Amino acid sequence: MQMNLDRREVLATAAAGAALIALPLAAAAQDGETVKTVDELIAEFTGGADAVEGDGVTIGAPEIAENGNTVPISVDAPGASEILVLAPGNPTPPVARFQFGALAGSQAASTRIRLAQTQDIVAVAKLADGSFVRSSANVKVTIGGCGG
Amino acid sequence: MISRREMLQLGLVSSAALAGLQLGNPTRAFARQSLTQDQLLQFEDFGNLTLIHLTDTHAHLKPVWFREPDTNIGVGEARGRAPHVVGEAFQKMFSIRPGSPDAYALTYPDFADLASTYGRMGGFDRIATVVKSIRAARPDAILLDGGDTWHGSYTSLKTQGEDMVRVMNLLGSQAMTAHWEFTFGTQRIQELIEMMDQPLLGANIFDAEWDEPAFEPSKIIEANGLRVGVVGQAFPYTPIANPGWMFPEYSFGIREERMQQVVDDLRGRGVDLVVCLSHNGFDVDHKMAGRVRGIDVILSGHTHDAIPEPVIVGDTIIIASGSHGKFVSRIDLDVRDGRMLGFRHKLIPIFSDVIEPDAEMAGLIDEIRAPHQAHLSEVIARSEGLLYRRGNFNGSWDDLLCDAMLSERDAEIALSPGVRWGASVLPGEITREDIHSVTSMTYGQCYRSEMTGEMLKTVMEDVADNIFNSDPYYQQGGDMVRVGGLGYAIDPYAAMGSRITDMRLLREDSPIDPARTYVVSGWASVNQGTEGPQIWDVVEDYLRKQGTVSPRARDAISVAGK
Repeated sequence: MQMNLDRREVLATAAAGAALIALPLAAAAQDGETVKTVDELIAEFTGGADAVEGDGVTIGAPEIAENGNTVPISVDAPGASEILVLAPGNPTPPVARFQFGALAGSQAASTRIRLAQTQDIVAVAKLADGSFVRSSANVKVTIGGCGG
Repeated sequence: MISRREMLQLGLVSSAALAGLQLGNPTRAFARQSLTQDQLLQFEDFGNLTLIHLTDTHAHLKPVWFREPDTNIGVGEARGRAPHVVGEAFQKMFSIRPGSPDAYALTYPDFADLASTYGRMGGFDRIATVVKSIRAARPDAILLDGGDTWHGSYTSLKTQGEDMVRVMNLLGSQAMTAHWEFTFGTQRIQELIEMMDQPLLGANIFDAEWDEPAFEPSKIIEANGLRVGVVGQAFPYTPIANPGWMFPEYSFGIREERMQQVVDDLRGRGVDLVVCLSHNGFDVDHKMAGRVRGIDVILSGHTHDAIPEPVIVGDTIIIASGSHGKFVSRIDLDVRDGRMLGFRHKLIPIFSDVIEPDAEMAGLIDEIRAPHQAHLSEVIARSEGLLYRRGNFNGSWDDLLCDAMLSERDAEIALSPGVRWGASVLPGEITREDIHSVTSMTYGQCYRSEMTGEMLKTVMEDVADNIFNSDPYYQQGGDMVRVGGLGYAIDPYAAMGSRITDMRLLREDSPIDPARTYVVSGWASVNQGTEGPQIWDVVEDYLRKQGTVSPRARDAISVAGK
């Protein structure tokens, strides 16, 4: 991502990026390949290295989704070169894979995702030293309640 | 030098002493005579700043009967902690004598008897007297409105909230936050904001499309040489608990990081004090107070809790001021060098027979109500028992609403929202205004549709998890959905999906079959395009046919550990 984009453009770019990433995966599913498990997807991303739970990557997400069809999320991992975002409770868990170039002003991105059900969103970041860190955030998808 | 914590504790002690009305032992017959306005307003000025908090009045302009809950279950860390204490346990916790004015105002036991002794509570003309009295002593006192102000009465629905904007302008509110206000829809909200003399603050209200702040997050109010930063926090789950389609432009949420950012910004601008005017609900505020740094005072709304003492979390005090105009909180603070060094607090009960009405406010209320007075005061039916709503599960008012839907809409099962608003009715006449007090809203259509047993179970589990989730950030406030024609058992402490068991169709005394379809009537659906007669008309038709209703304790709902 470039440094000069304003916030709206960044949002739009991030969303477009997510769509591009999602395309080949959807196509793969149509070809009859089995959907990979979350552990397999993470192992593929880290090349088999361990991803430790930590503060190195943070997820911004609502505690309860206002609309499960479009849930705003953000990820932030200072110094990271890549962040993988997964929604393990979705039929196809991969959501987005953000790559940051050397000139990126910050290693953060926002997008909107669809959530089929209440679940823990997972983010895995590849840090500058080549190590991997992961974090999760619970997002509840509810049919609504009654106000006080 | 006294440390801040010691000062806070000193403040708590005097607060506790002031919370009691110090009445000796009045017998019921003489109780009312022994209460005086001077006693209710008695307050030894403290420090250099005064806050006045009013919240969740739900547009009840006139004094009401309002029975506090008999069941208010706390889960997780909140278990057994105020406000999740009711009845005699609440009286013990706050040294309240049974049968006393405080017992009547704050707890449910002997409610109908004590109500006939101590009279109705609230009324904006009485509230105006209290506010003016505080301002006479403390001219720079800051009056803050916690929201759920524009909704909940016939006149607020008819004037689309305008009556309450006029009342709050006259009262001299200096800022508000919101929840049910949004159910008038985006356009009307904007029109009413134009009429307001004070800002509507909402740090957590964002533009849904661009995820950018949509409302002013805070306001710095100058008072007595101090700069007070007031942050507004609207009800985080407004688009989920209420029809989001009526205000699709806005997104809410708790947004804890945003709160921290706004507080830090105010601190950076050198304010002397940070006050959070919140509609989070008490448990959410309690959690937030422990995680967001730099808030001195949280004025807590939404869950309608009236707590006689501030609750202290770290360096933050949380004030819960009840609902329906029953109470006004006065908080005196000693603020020096950008720090809160101590406080004195009183939850002032608004006994309407004791506090003199303010003539100016009474005039405005009369003007607002005049066109509707005859319509509202018409007697529709009689009740042989107390009608009330508040509590985690069905109250007698809810049973009546559900009976009306089962009968008028020819349904097997009725569902009624677990809202915490709506005044109680003492045995005797039920007026049209009483019906509107428990039903008024912009989406009151009473639907009749079909649901499978499986769907019913899903709905009940979902609502239960929104109330009894052990993490307050996943709680929406409110109470369990009310049911008619349906029995069930619930374990509030169980996990999502396994709280509800033994669901039974009462008319056949048969277990609910997940695969079978049931005819269900309900109201207050958040779905767009819901069709049916307005719930208040359904209830009125039913009551006219009944003539007299006889509320009685029911045993269709069994609560584990209760």
